[in-house]
Amino acid sequence: MRSGSTSQSPAVEIAGLVKRYGDKSAVDGLDLTVAAGSVTAVLGPNGAGKTTTVETCEGYRRADAGSVRVLGLDPATEGAALRPRIGVMLQSGGVYPGARAEEMLRHTAALHARPVDPALLIERLGLESCGRTPYRRLSGGQQQRLALAMAVVGRPELVFLDEPTAGLDPQARRATWDLVRELRADGVTVVLTTHFMDEAEQLADQVVIIDHGRSIAHGTPEELCRGGAENTLRFTGRPGLDLVSLLKALPDGTAAAELTQGSYRIEGAVDPQLLATVTSWCAQHGVMPDRLAVERRTLEDVFLDLTGKELRA
Amino acid sequence: MTTAENTAADTASGAGGTFVPDPGAAPLSRMIGAQTAFETKMLLRNGEQLLLTVVIPALLLVLFSAVPIVDTGSGKAVDFLAPGVLALAVMSTAFTGQAIATGFERRYGVLKRLGASPLPRWALMAAKTGSVLVTEVLQIVLLTAIAFALGWSPHGNPLFVVLLLVLGTAAFSGLGLLMAGTLKAEATLAAANLVFLLLLVGGGIIVPLDRFPGAAQDVLRLLPVSALSDGLRDVLRDGAGMPWGNLAILLVWAVVGLGAAARFFKWE
Repeated sequence: MRSGSTSQSPAVEIAGLVKRYGDKSAVDGLDLTVAAGSVTAVLGPNGAGKTTTVETCEGYRRADAGSVRVLGLDPATEGAALRPRIGVMLQSGGVYPGARAEEMLRHTAALHARPVDPALLIERLGLESCGRTPYRRLSGGQQQRLALAMAVVGRPELVFLDEPTAGLDPQARRATWDLVRELRADGVTVVLTTHFMDEAEQLADQVVIIDHGRSIAHGTPEELCRGGAENTLRFTGRPGLDLVSLLKALPDGTAAAELTQGSYRIEGAVDPQLLATVTSWCAQHGVMPDRLAVERRTLEDVFLDLTGKELRA
Repeated sequence: MTTAENTAADTASGAGGTFVPDPGAAPLSRMIGAQTAFETKMLLRNGEQLLLTVVIPALLLVLFSAVPIVDTGSGKAVDFLAPGVLALAVMSTAFTGQAIATGFERRYGVLKRLGASPLPRWALMAAKTGSVLVTEVLQIVLLTAIAFALGWSPHGNPLFVVLLLVLGTAAFSGLGLLMAGTLKAEATLAAANLVFLLLLVGGGIIVPLDRFPGAAQDVLRLLPVSALSDGLRDVLRDGAGMPWGNLAILLVWAVVGLGAAARFFKWE
């Protein structure tokens, strides 16, 4: 086990963070703890306060209330000591428009004491073909990957990635995911915001869901999916089935609904017994339960339940 | 094995360990040196900037020395024009060029991103100043060579010249950064070019200030570019001692400009 991954104080500790812009609270009493060496995905609808939270950790914003410690330091007052230890990928921009991709990365490396070899990052992120291309002529995906390379080139202990795969094609996304996994394996703490559920499920040790400036749920992806209704059973059949009669046959705490004409959803502890009860009830009523499927709750469902919003707004 | 082969082997075998944390800022002198070199490279690569800082001053010097378009008074035209064009060169780099470049760096989040790097803000400003000074040295070498070719015969104490140029640079940098740090990038672009054009005509660079009406002259003399071109001319053409009045005007502009920039500059 690497020394970075156990028995350490948290990499990020936020308690009761409040950040107001005018009358509006962008962040409103947010708590968040990030274990050293872990990957944390921060999810939330647009305007939930993700970027404000991350930018407070990076030292760009000053908290109106609450406490923020990053690597044990206060980003607002101890930024000079903190900055060399963190890597930052902004949501967009951050590069001289006339700078070529490779020279920009080399320059960023030159600001650090013991950087990663820029050529290695260029290769790893598939930027070889555009190393001499000016930033303003790079595609959106190439710009994203350059910003990611700049965030990790200084061998930071902790990196903040604000929507690292927004606008990437599947291949580039995969390369980014591989890099995040490698960072984690090497003991780097990663905090990323994302709009992609699969990204959070694939990468994160901890998922934090933020809405209206507060953390409304957190845990491993598995823990979050296990909460609430355990499972869902779906089938289609004749419209207008007598669900009251069906529910009488099922255990207490089970819910049934006709979502659209002839499309049914049963939520509860879906086990073999419940499945048998439903199918035999259908048989008694002369109903063929078509497209019968047992579904686990996905992170997307959890998110929708908690925020009432689609993630990809 | 070469480094490249090592790298390829590591990747292929998935050996890892590349990113094991080992953070740290480079030594300050190295950061400032690297940043200065980078900023200078960006500036010299930019075609519009070169037009402003090199082509226009050089063209004006050659054109107005060769063709008597404006009556520059007694004596050789180049003796009047060379000090003015040097002042223009300082203004084009420290004010116009720096304002436009910094305005767009702010707009594109470059300043924001650098704000999260190990480079302290004061070191970034030091690097910007360094890059302006390097560019000015290149401009002055080029323009002086052209002026000599046109028969220029300068006088005076070089130390006075350097002092005027440095204070002029400070004054223009303050005003340029104030503009870049408070206005939108597009507004900065438009305003900085407009100011460049107006001061080119009304700043005693190619048109002697005594061609303007008396009241206008009194105001125009207080402009930083007039103070700089006038002061340089006193020394280089007339061999005068330190032009204290002009130096004082530049000092006031420098203090006001840099003070206001420090106070009002917005990094995002």
